[in-house]
Amino acid sequence: MKAEAETASTDKPSSPRSRRTAILGRQPLGLVFAAPYAVFLAAVFAYPLGLAVWISFQDYFFAAPGAQVDRPFVGLENYKTVLGDPAVRRSFLNVIQFLLINVPLTVVLSLVLASALNGAIRGRAALRVAYYIPYVTASVALVAVWLFLFSSGGMVNQLLGPLAPDPSWLVNSALAMPVIAIFVTWKQLGFFILLYLAALQNVPKELYEAAAVDGARRFRSFTNITVPGVRPATVLVVILATITGANLFTEPYLLTNGGGPDGASSSPVLVMYQKGIEQGNPDTASAIGVILVIGVLLISLVNRKLLERD
Amino acid sequence: MATAQQLETTEESTPPEQMVDRSKGRLWPRYLVLALGALIFVFPFYYMLIGSLQKEPDTSLAGAVPTGGLTLDNYSQINDRLNLVQALANSGIFTGGVLLFTVVFGVLAGYALARLHFRGQGTLFAVMLLVQIVPFQLLVIPIYVMVVRTYGLADTYAGMILPFAINSTAVFIFRQFFMQLPEDLFSAARIDGAGEFRILWSIALPLVRPALVTALLLTFIGPWNEFLWPFLVTKEADMQPLAVSLANYISNIAGRAANPYGAILAGAVVLAIPAVVLFVAFQKHFTSSDLGSGVKG
Repeated sequence: MKAEAETASTDKPSSPRSRRTAILGRQPLGLVFAAPYAVFLAAVFAYPLGLAVWISFQDYFFAAPGAQVDRPFVGLENYKTVLGDPAVRRSFLNVIQFLLINVPLTVVLSLVLASALNGAIRGRAALRVAYYIPYVTASVALVAVWLFLFSSGGMVNQLLGPLAPDPSWLVNSALAMPVIAIFVTWKQLGFFILLYLAALQNVPKELYEAAAVDGARRFRSFTNITVPGVRPATVLVVILATITGANLFTEPYLLTNGGGPDGASSSPVLVMYQKGIEQGNPDTASAIGVILVIGVLLISLVNRKLLERD
Repeated sequence: MATAQQLETTEESTPPEQMVDRSKGRLWPRYLVLALGALIFVFPFYYMLIGSLQKEPDTSLAGAVPTGGLTLDNYSQINDRLNLVQALANSGIFTGGVLLFTVVFGVLAGYALARLHFRGQGTLFAVMLLVQIVPFQLLVIPIYVMVVRTYGLADTYAGMILPFAINSTAVFIFRQFFMQLPEDLFSAARIDGAGEFRILWSIALPLVRPALVTALLLTFIGPWNEFLWPFLVTKEADMQPLAVSLANYISNIAGRAANPYGAILAGAVVLAIPAVVLFVAFQKHFTSSDLGSGVKG
C-alpha cells in the first residue's frame, strides 16, 4: 500500500502501454470509477480540514460572498484565546466527565448484554431489535421523551417521590452531564452490542468447554475467556465511543437547553457553534475543532498502540 | 486497521446443543438480564407513543397505562405548527439525495477499491479510513464557511446534501463485500472480454445485494436523523427537515403550546416511525455479521 501512497496522477498517457501502466496502475479505469468519491473526499474532508487549520491561524470573520477583506495571520493567538476561555475549558472538562461515565458503562453493559444474547436464545431476534432501536432513531425524537421523563414533574421524579433530586435532573448542575452521558450510552448501546456479538463469534468454543470440564463457574469463564477474547473489539468500542463523545452536540443543545445550567453540560462542539456561528468568530471556533481532532486522533493512536503491544 | 482484522466475522449462531450443555437449566438469570434490558430500551418508545396520545400530560405511573381518553389532537396541533408534510418531504429529499449519490458513486468507488489496481488506490483507502475517525462535526465550521458563505448554498437541498453525499461507511461495506468474491469470477469474465462496468453491473452487483441493503439502511439513518448540519444550513422554516423543525419547536415555541409535551411527542413519533419500521422490517440485514464487516475500519 505504501508504494502507491501518492496522489492520483491525471496525466494523459501518451506513450507505450507499460509506461501507462507505471503511471496510472494496471487498471486505469479504476481511476474513473473512484474519481467522484475521491473528488468528494477532497472537497468535504481534506480541503475543510486544511481550511480549519488555516482559519485557526487567521483573524477570520464572515464577509459577504466574493468580498475582498483582509484577514491577517495571527499565529497562535486564537489558540491562546480559546485555552484561556473558562467556557471552553469547562466544555472540555465536561466531555472528560462524559467519557468517564459513558465509556466504562458502554463497554461493560454492551459486553454483558452481548454475551447474554449470544447463542441459541429464544426470542433472540426480537431482543436484538429491541436493543438497537434507540441507535437507529433520531436523537431529537429520543430527547423529546427524555425531557418528558426527566422533567421536574416527570415520571422519574414521580417514581422517586421524596428521593427526587432538587433542582431536578436537567437543571441540576451536578446531574445534567451525567444524565446526558447515560442518555448517549442508552442510545448507542445497541450498536456496540452488535459489535461485541460479532467479536464473540471468534472466541473459540473449545475454551469454554475446557473451562466447564475444569469446573469453572460461568462468571469465571466470562472474566477469563470472554473478556480477553474480545479485547480487539473493546479497543474499537472505546475508540468509537470516544469519537461519539467528542461530537456531542444535540443532547446538550436540546436536553439541557444549550449546555445549561450555566455551562455545566456544554460540550466543545456546542461551544464551537455558539462562538463560530452565533457570535461570528469562526477563527476561535476552528481552533477548538483542531484541538478536538488532535485529541481524538491521539486517543485512537494510544488505543491502537495498547493493542499492538501484545 | 489492526483492530479491524481481528473482528473478522462469521455466522452469528452457536450450535444449540452446546449452549444447553453450558447452562444446564440455569438460563433464567440470562433471560432476566435480557428482559430487564429490553424493557429499559423499549419503554421510552412506548411512553413516547402514549404521551403523544394523551390530552393532558399524565406523568404518574398510572398514566403509562391509560384506560381511555386517548386523542389525536396533539398530532393536528404539531401539524399546525410545523407543517409536517413539508418537513417530511424535506427530510425525504435530503435522505433520498444522499442515498442516490451513495449508491451510484459509492458502489463504483467500492468496486474500484476492491477489484481494480490503479494509481492512488492506497491513498484513497487510507483517507477513507481517516474519514471514519475524524467525524463531520469537527469540520463543521470550515464546511459552513464553504457551503454557506462561499458558495451561498444556504436554504438549498444541494447545501444540505453536499457534505453527506457519499457515505464512507457504505463505501467501506461495498469494498469488503466485493473483496470477498472469488478472483476467478473476475478473471474469467475479463478473458471473455467483458468490460469492468459490465462485470460490476451483471456479475458483482447481483452477488452483493445483501450488502447493498445493509449499506443503504446504515446510510438512511445518517441524514434522516441528522440535526446539526441541516440546522446550520436552513434558516427558512419551509426548507427544514423534520428533525430540525421539531428541535426548533422544542427549544422555542413549546412554552406557549397548550400541551407542549403532547405535541412534541407527537412530532417525535412521526420522526421516529420511518427509521423504526425500516429496521424492524429489514432486521435480517442488520446483524452483527453485516455490521462487523462494515465497521472494520
